[in-house]
Amino acid sequence: MESLTSLMDGFGTALTPVNLLWAAVGVLLGTAIGVLPGIGPAMAVALLLPVTYGLEPTGAFIMFAGIYYGAMFGGSTTSILLNTPGESAAVVAAMEGHPMAKAGRGAQALAAAAIGHFTGGMIGTLLLVALAPVVAALAVDIGAPDYLALMVLAFIAVTSVLGSSRIRGVASLLIGLTIGLVGLDQLTGQQRLTFGSLQLADGIDVVIVAVGLFAIGEALWVAAHLRRTSGRPLPVGRPWLAREDVRRTWKPWLRGPFIGFPFGAIPAGGAEIPTFLAYVTEKRLSKHRDEFGKGAIEGVAGPESAASASAAGTLVSMLTLGLPTTAVAAVMLAAFQQYGIQPGPLLFEREPELVWGLIASLFVGMVLLLALNLPLAPVWAKLLRIPRPYLYAGILFFAAVGAYAVGGEALDLVVLLIVGLLGLGMRRYGLPVLPAVIGVILGPAAEQQLRRALQISDGSLTGLVNTPFSVTVYAVVLLLLGWPLLRKAVARRAS
Amino acid sequence: MTGGARAWLRAHSELGVSALLLLLGVLVLTDALTLDVDVAARGPVGPATVPLVVGCGLLAVAVLLAADVLHGGRGEAEGGEDVDLDAPADWRTVLLLAGSFLGFAVLIGPLGFPVSGALLFWAAAYVLGSRHPARDPLIAAVLSLLTYGVFDRLLGVPLPGGPLMGVL
Repeated sequence: MESLTSLMDGFGTALTPVNLLWAAVGVLLGTAIGVLPGIGPAMAVALLLPVTYGLEPTGAFIMFAGIYYGAMFGGSTTSILLNTPGESAAVVAAMEGHPMAKAGRGAQALAAAAIGHFTGGMIGTLLLVALAPVVAALAVDIGAPDYLALMVLAFIAVTSVLGSSRIRGVASLLIGLTIGLVGLDQLTGQQRLTFGSLQLADGIDVVIVAVGLFAIGEALWVAAHLRRTSGRPLPVGRPWLAREDVRRTWKPWLRGPFIGFPFGAIPAGGAEIPTFLAYVTEKRLSKHRDEFGKGAIEGVAGPESAASASAAGTLVSMLTLGLPTTAVAAVMLAAFQQYGIQPGPLLFEREPELVWGLIASLFVGMVLLLALNLPLAPVWAKLLRIPRPYLYAGILFFAAVGAYAVGGEALDLVVLLIVGLLGLGMRRYGLPVLPAVIGVILGPAAEQQLRRALQISDGSLTGLVNTPFSVTVYAVVLLLLGWPLLRKAVARRAS
Repeated sequence: MTGGARAWLRAHSELGVSALLLLLGVLVLTDALTLDVDVAARGPVGPATVPLVVGCGLLAVAVLLAADVLHGGRGEAEGGEDVDLDAPADWRTVLLLAGSFLGFAVLIGPLGFPVSGALLFWAAAYVLGSRHPARDPLIAAVLSLLTYGVFDRLLGVPLPGGPLMGVL
């Protein structure tokens, strides 16, 4: 009940003209960015981090949330009309959506995706309202060892669940941790990895790392392999659904969130696994199983609904525990740090206006998105024709603006380019980028918690595992680490 | 070098990643070991502990990655909407883009943001294959001026105006 009152207060915050404006700007930018090929939501939020220097936090986060959801809406347009999903979360949408578009049912596919995102986002955000205060209340007493355990969990999860190669994930994480070490030690003020340079003593700004890895790295990588003949997007009319389509899609829309939300909330869950699971589920339950692969509308509706709900799930662990589980959440956490706000159990007590305003704005954003996307889909689809040189030149341009805005120093631009070249190399050799970003953002905090925990226990390592919470989390970590061995053993027994 | 050896190196260029990780590890470890820990030690864990762990981790990963590559493991190059992995990598474009970017870093001081930003966009679009003698610079100028206005005036994020803004 209490959270309902807080939510009402949140609507009071979100519905002020200024914040409504930021929500509208966010969903517009988000949809545009989602539709634009080559720009994912993480890059979009990273490129927009500099606005945090000029905006107050509530407005900035309302805008970021709009971008996050908007990019999901827009992303499905790209996969359905162009069949080249930029984000892993949109791969499934292309599998059924593109054949539908080819068969002249693109309008129905877009409608099924947009309404799916709307239902998934709504149900997911409702679950967020119900669950987040509970999680925060449970976690409010956790101390240094518990925080450390959670961060270790995040490190292990991003390196071993995502990506095809664990060793490359760990390499990426260690690179991130190393970048995070640069600068003055927080407790003693000793210079680490600064090589006597004054500029490096302040550390490498997280904005520069995020923009460098997500934007410059991506733009350079695409430039090295630019497809000279871009695919032609299929023409599409205004999205609509016939009664028969609605009969086939309402159940998948409602089922999706319950697959998507839990996966979003766990570290490294992201949207890939739940969208795929939702697809498989719908295929199994459908009466039109023979249509799958040739354009079954259920295969668009369910996964898209799951994708949006997983975004809401991501926010649960980000807001209540300070744990980013996806690239977007990681960059949003960096934005919180820019404001000196520490997401975690205390956030709901210390910044109720910000948190509930943000959550309420998700509902507002969802309604705006549905209103924007259904009638305007053909207009958005025009964005797919943007000449690629302009698109990638624009990314470089805005990345430069962002890095320069950090401190007004040209040297930051050079650091940005170096980080960008690192990002290029990582893409070339299959090192995932997310672990590095998580390492930069969480590394310094994890070190602080480690040292605090050991200070309390007077150096005894048992001080790291002296709470039931931390023991439980480490058990999950061990399970994750042992999973490949376990799976092998199970497979052997089965055969 | 014989052709066979060169082909082997090209196929195993990922060993370079391993070498870089090794170098980074050595760097982190040297830095950690030369820290003046005794002076500043507060609590049982000093400023050198975590760097030591990270440094050792880097060395270990470098060795494991090298072993993986030698056993035929390959990092998968990342795909994307506009990425054509079948075409050979076009490193010339990448170099020219990096050069344009460095040029921007040098010019932003003397020329100010609106001019240097427009030059960056124009140069990058040209390098990426856009050949419209009128449209390219026009878009670059409009984008750069608009961005300057939004950030400097609207959002309160200061960008240098340079001599051009002094004139206007």
